[in-house]
Parts: sequence; structure tokens; C-alpha cells
Amino acid sequence: MKEQLYTLSIYTENNVGLLNRISAIFQRRKINIESINSSISEIEGITRWSIVVEVSEEQIRKIIGQIEKQVEVIRAYYHTDEETIYQESCLFKIKSDLLFEDRQIQNIIKESNARIVTVNREFFVLEKSGRKSEVELLYRELKSFGIMQFVRSGRIAVTKEELKISTLLKAVTA
Amino acid sequence: MNFNLTMEAQLVHKKSTEASTEHLSGSEAVVKCLLAEGVDTLYGYPGGAIMPVYDELYKYQGKLNHVLTRHEQGATHSAQGYARISGKVGVCIATSGPGATNLITGIADAQIDSTPMVCITGQVGSHLLGSDAFQETDIIGISTPVTKWNYQITKASEIPEVFAKAFYIAKSGRPGPVLIDITKDAQFEMFDFEYKKCTKVRSYKPVPNTEYDSIEKAALLINQAQKPLVVWGQGVILSEAEEQLKAVIEKAGIPSAWTILGASAIPTEHPLNVGMVGMHGNYAPNKLTNECDVLIAIGMRFDDRVTGNLETYAKQAKVIHFEIDPAEVDKNVKTNVAVLGDAKRSLEKLLPLLEQKSHLEWLNQFEKLYQIEYNKVIANDLHPTKKGLTMGEVLKEINTQTKGQAAIVSDVGQHQMIACRYANFNVTKSNITSGGLGTMGFALPAAIGAKMAAPQRDVVAIIGDGGYQMTIQELGTIFQTGVAVKIVVLNNDFLGMVRQWQQLFFDKRYASTELVNPDFITIAKGYHIEAKRVTKREELATSVKEMMDHDGAFFLEVCVEKEGNVFPMIPTGASVSDIRLE
Repeated sequence: MKEQLYTLSIYTENNVGLLNRISAIFQRRKINIESINSSISEIEGITRWSIVVEVSEEQIRKIIGQIEKQVEVIRAYYHTDEETIYQESCLFKIKSDLLFEDRQIQNIIKESNARIVTVNREFFVLEKSGRKSEVELLYRELKSFGIMQFVRSGRIAVTKEELKISTLLKAVTA
Repeated sequence: MNFNLTMEAQLVHKKSTEASTEHLSGSEAVVKCLLAEGVDTLYGYPGGAIMPVYDELYKYQGKLNHVLTRHEQGATHSAQGYARISGKVGVCIATSGPGATNLITGIADAQIDSTPMVCITGQVGSHLLGSDAFQETDIIGISTPVTKWNYQITKASEIPEVFAKAFYIAKSGRPGPVLIDITKDAQFEMFDFEYKKCTKVRSYKPVPNTEYDSIEKAALLINQAQKPLVVWGQGVILSEAEEQLKAVIEKAGIPSAWTILGASAIPTEHPLNVGMVGMHGNYAPNKLTNECDVLIAIGMRFDDRVTGNLETYAKQAKVIHFEIDPAEVDKNVKTNVAVLGDAKRSLEKLLPLLEQKSHLEWLNQFEKLYQIEYNKVIANDLHPTKKGLTMGEVLKEINTQTKGQAAIVSDVGQHQMIACRYANFNVTKSNITSGGLGTMGFALPAAIGAKMAAPQRDVVAIIGDGGYQMTIQELGTIFQTGVAVKIVVLNNDFLGMVRQWQQLFFDKRYASTELVNPDFITIAKGYHIEAKRVTKREELATSVKEMMDHDGAFFLEVCVEKEGNVFPMIPTGASVSDIRLE
């Protein structure tokens, strides 16, 4: 079966050890996690995980079943890229001289819609949010000038369709 | 909407009228929790980080029976045996570090065989966590993939809620093992204790909703079927749906086969019981899996040892799957109708929708294939004419002596397959064996737990000479507690199943499978256990009788033929249709 990128949205309790429990489900099947992010969600006290993996649909269905089986998982969903609005964020640390001396780099920053977070004598920090391809394009463009440090976040995504998680929670806590 | 995430909020308590507060230490609270959950026996081994709890066990010894096993692995298997025969939650306890890691095999076994178990481990003081302190190990991290749930307690005040939750999770839905790790300071800490049973965890749905529609669809398929076949598993036993299953198959006249863990749910001699499926199961149900038109799976999970090659498994059949765990549906075999929920309730709802039928011609096909298996395999196993003793005739003798009323606890290997194939089961929850994990060393300690949970019953452990030596030290537990288990070692001086594979698939290169064994009789006698060795057929019946008649524990070694094989057999990766008789 064809493998493709899937984004998982998992709603869970906020408990120690749950990361281990969820990542073990992938590790056991020798599936590499492309990115993983954990944050608060729209519901107070509930954690939302965004995990990106490249697998077949059959695999992802079974994985969702295994994740939902965990006691502290409230609900798990999987989506294709088309079903979500997703973003990544990255930071570049670059020598300040370049910013002042090289016109080209200024153009790149302008065209890429990147934001300068801070500037000092030695370095400046550039922040760019967007899809992975946009982030990668900027990376390639800046690489020739010398990047002192680079970091990119995991994907975060919201779905176009409603996730009925609040209704579900109301039902179980009622 | 405010969702408060404290432990209290996760537990929706039943109103308890008797709830009163006492000022206790964490360790005394642990004992109080166990008593509140109705625990009467627990299995374990003391050590530094769990000593405060042991001190309380000492004080409460009249109310709570602690059984000192000779190894923590033995404690887990005893707890499993206890749970499997009684349906109650098995409990075991160990110290931190090696005590905790020694539990892992039993926990993994309980996880894959859905056995309700609560394991308690001591942990170093919370100020030492992560410092590589003496006997510190990350047991939460280690046990995560093999537990249904686990939790580390660092404050005494967490104890009541966590224990209540642990017992609820272990037993409800698809059961499984839960581990609670308690730091030593939490055991000493004083707090106001109050216990309330847990009846709900908001993120956990133990039994999925059953769509009535799915039951109607299942009934329609069954009513239309010409050649229906039921394959039931342990789910029937776990939900105590034995009577419901019997009513369903009798009404619809369905030949019914069982997985290894489903054994004993319906008596062996029931006319619709057509035997065991799987690698060493019976010829007819394996062959006819690929000829039935509707396959009704009940509380089973299509393990690879049951299905053989999935590409050629029951492809002609419509598949109905009665299952409590949604993750099992379509995991291995695609279903046409999935009936989620508890087997007992689902079968109760199914029964009135079924038409009275008897598929005599179809049932006759099972009989015909049984005759082939009987002539080729069973006759030689049960009524051998050659000199060497067979494992099968030992089982036949045990059946005779126990009238099929005993609980059979088997280990892993050839003797296990023989025990499951030939034991007569007239009582449910009577086949206690390590199915999913295949843990050698399981039987001896599991038999201890089983006999303690059901002291009125005969408990016979059937063990190979290999597996016996993996937990042989539990003879010490038997001697110390006086538990009257019957131990039968079928000794062929080989790791028989591996040797069989070496013979069939590795050109008889018997790599490290021949055992040079000690004098098992002397060892048993060293533990003051009555012991006898049988080497001749003439001695078998009287020796088995002597064992069963004996008041206490008894060790019987039967020296069987060295290179006997277990057939039928579906070679790994082959189709169930390609089951071999020789």
C-alpha cells in the first residue's frame, strides 16, 4: 500500500509518561516519527499532540486504534495534508555584517515574508513560519551566506472539519 | 466548560456511605487499598525499597495472605494463575531495581493474554529519582509497552485514587496488567486515608457501544449460512459468556472451534465442539476454516498461530467478529460485520434473532476429518503400541483420573500442545497456559496461584523438562506453603518443540536442544515433596492415581519417548489448508 504523510491529532490527559507510551507504539513497528509536538488544546487541561509520520493508510488506521486504546488518550484522529491547515516555524541565526553589507540577503528576507526577531552587533535572528517547502526554500537561499544556527519546529495543524472532541468530553464527564 | 485535571476529577466516585478518614502511613494505606478491593492473596518478594509495605503485611497477615515466591517472575505467574482460574485480579509485589525488572516477563505475558493483574513495586526515595541510586531502575519506562496502565506514586495522598484506578483498569474491558511504582518516602509519609472504588475514568472507555444494527447483520449472515463455523477465544471466558455461547451454537447448530486460550469455555465432549484451531490444532477445524461460508469469531484476535498465512485464510468466508477491543477489528483479518462490545451481552442479544438450525451434513464433514486425524495421529498418541511412552497417553490417564474436572496448567512447548489437544475440560477457566507470549517457566508458579484461588479443585501442572528448570525454584514456595499442586513433568531430555522444528526444517541439526538433566526426584524430595518417576506404560495408571489420591503436592516425572513429534502441524507461513498430519 502507498505510503504518504499523515498528521495525527491526539487529545490526551496531561500526564507524565504518556509521551513514552505513545512513541512506543511507533517504535515497536519501526516507524520513524517525522515530527512531534505537544501543546495545550482548545479545551482547558487537555493536551493536544500533533505527530507526522509517513505510512500507509492501513498502518495509520491500526496505529490510531492502538493509540486510542491507551487509557489516558481521549481521542486520536489522522488526516492527510489536504484535510488540514498546517504550519511549521523555524529560526535562523546569521552574522549581522551580512544584513548590513549584502543587499541580496535583505531582498531574500523581504520576499520570504520572514520576520527579524532580534538584531545585535554580532548576529540577527530570523523567524519564518510556513509549510515545510517554504521553510526549506529559505534555508537553501540563506545557506550560501552562512547560517550560524538553524532550528525548525514540528508541524502543527488544525483540521478543516470540526473535531467533536468537546462534545465527546462532555458526554464522558457527564 | 472547565475540565479540572486533578486525580479526583479523573475518577467519578460512587457515593460511599462508609467512607471515613483515617490517619495512616502510605504503606498501611497500600494494604488497606488491597483489602478494600477484596484481595485475599498476593505474591511477592521483599527488598529494601518495599520494606515499609512488607512491615504492614506483617501486621495484617491474618487478613491478607502474602506468598513468598522464590523469584519475582514466579510471583507474577502465580498472580496470573490466580487470576485466570478465578477471574479476579491477581496481585504481586516486588522491590525496586532487579525486583521490578524480574516482573517484566510475567507482565508481558499478562498483557498479551489479557490477564487482570496489579503489580506493586517499591522505588527509591523521590529525592533520589534519576540519581542512579542503589537498586534504582526506571520501571515506569521499562514497563510502559507491556502494561495497560502504569503510574509512579511519589506522595502518599495519591495512593487511594491510584490503587482504585489500577484495579478498575486491570479488570474492566479487555483486562490487562497495571503497575504501580511507589517511592519509599511515599510509603512512610502519613496522610488522611479514605478509599473510594473507581467506576469511571473519563479518557477510558472499557467497553465500546454495541450497535444493535451489527447484531442484526450478524444474525442475518448466520441464518443464511450453509456452512457456519464459530471460532471462540478467551474473550468468552473473560466476559463469562459460556452459557450464552452454548445457547447460540446449539440453537443455530454451528460447529465451534476454540483458540488455545478459549479452551474449556465449552466442554470438550460437547457435540458441537470440533476442537482447537491453530498451528497444532485439530485437522478438521483448520481445514474447514477455508471451506466455511460464514466465520464467526468471538472474543479472539486472529493470532498468527491461529491463522497461518493470512493471504489464504478464510478468504471464501464472510467474517463476523465479536470483539471488545476496537483495535482488534480488521487488525489481521478483514471483517464483514464487527460486533463491538462485551461478548456476553452481544450473544444474549443475538440469540433471539437466530433461527433454529442443524447443519448435519456440514458437521459430518468435521467428523470425517476427525476420523482421518484420529487414524493418523490421535490413535498413536493416546493408544500407542510402540514401546516409548507418549505425552498423549499421560494426558489420557489424567483425564481418566480427574474425570475432566481438573484445571490443567501447562508450560510452553510440545507438552503444552498435547495438553491443550487432549485434556478433557468439563469446567470453564480450566486451561491455564501462556498462549501469546509463550513463556517457558510459566506453569509451576501459575499452578501455585491457581490452586490457591481454587483450593477445592484439582490443579495439575503439565510441564516439559526444559520449562520446569526455568522456575524450578518455586518448589520452595510449594514446600513452604503446602499448596497441593500436582506436578507432571513430561521428560524427553530435549527442548522438544525446538528439536521438532530442527528435525523438520533444519535437517536434524539439534543445536543446543538436548538437555542433560538432573535427578528430578532427588530435587523434589529435597523440597520434601512426594515424588515418583514413571518409565514404563504399566506403571502409568497407578502412578497418576497415586498422585491424584495423595493429599498434598506431588511430583510425577514421566519419561516419554525422546523424539516424539506433535502433529497435526501448520508450518510457519503455510495456509491452514496445508495442515500436515505427519
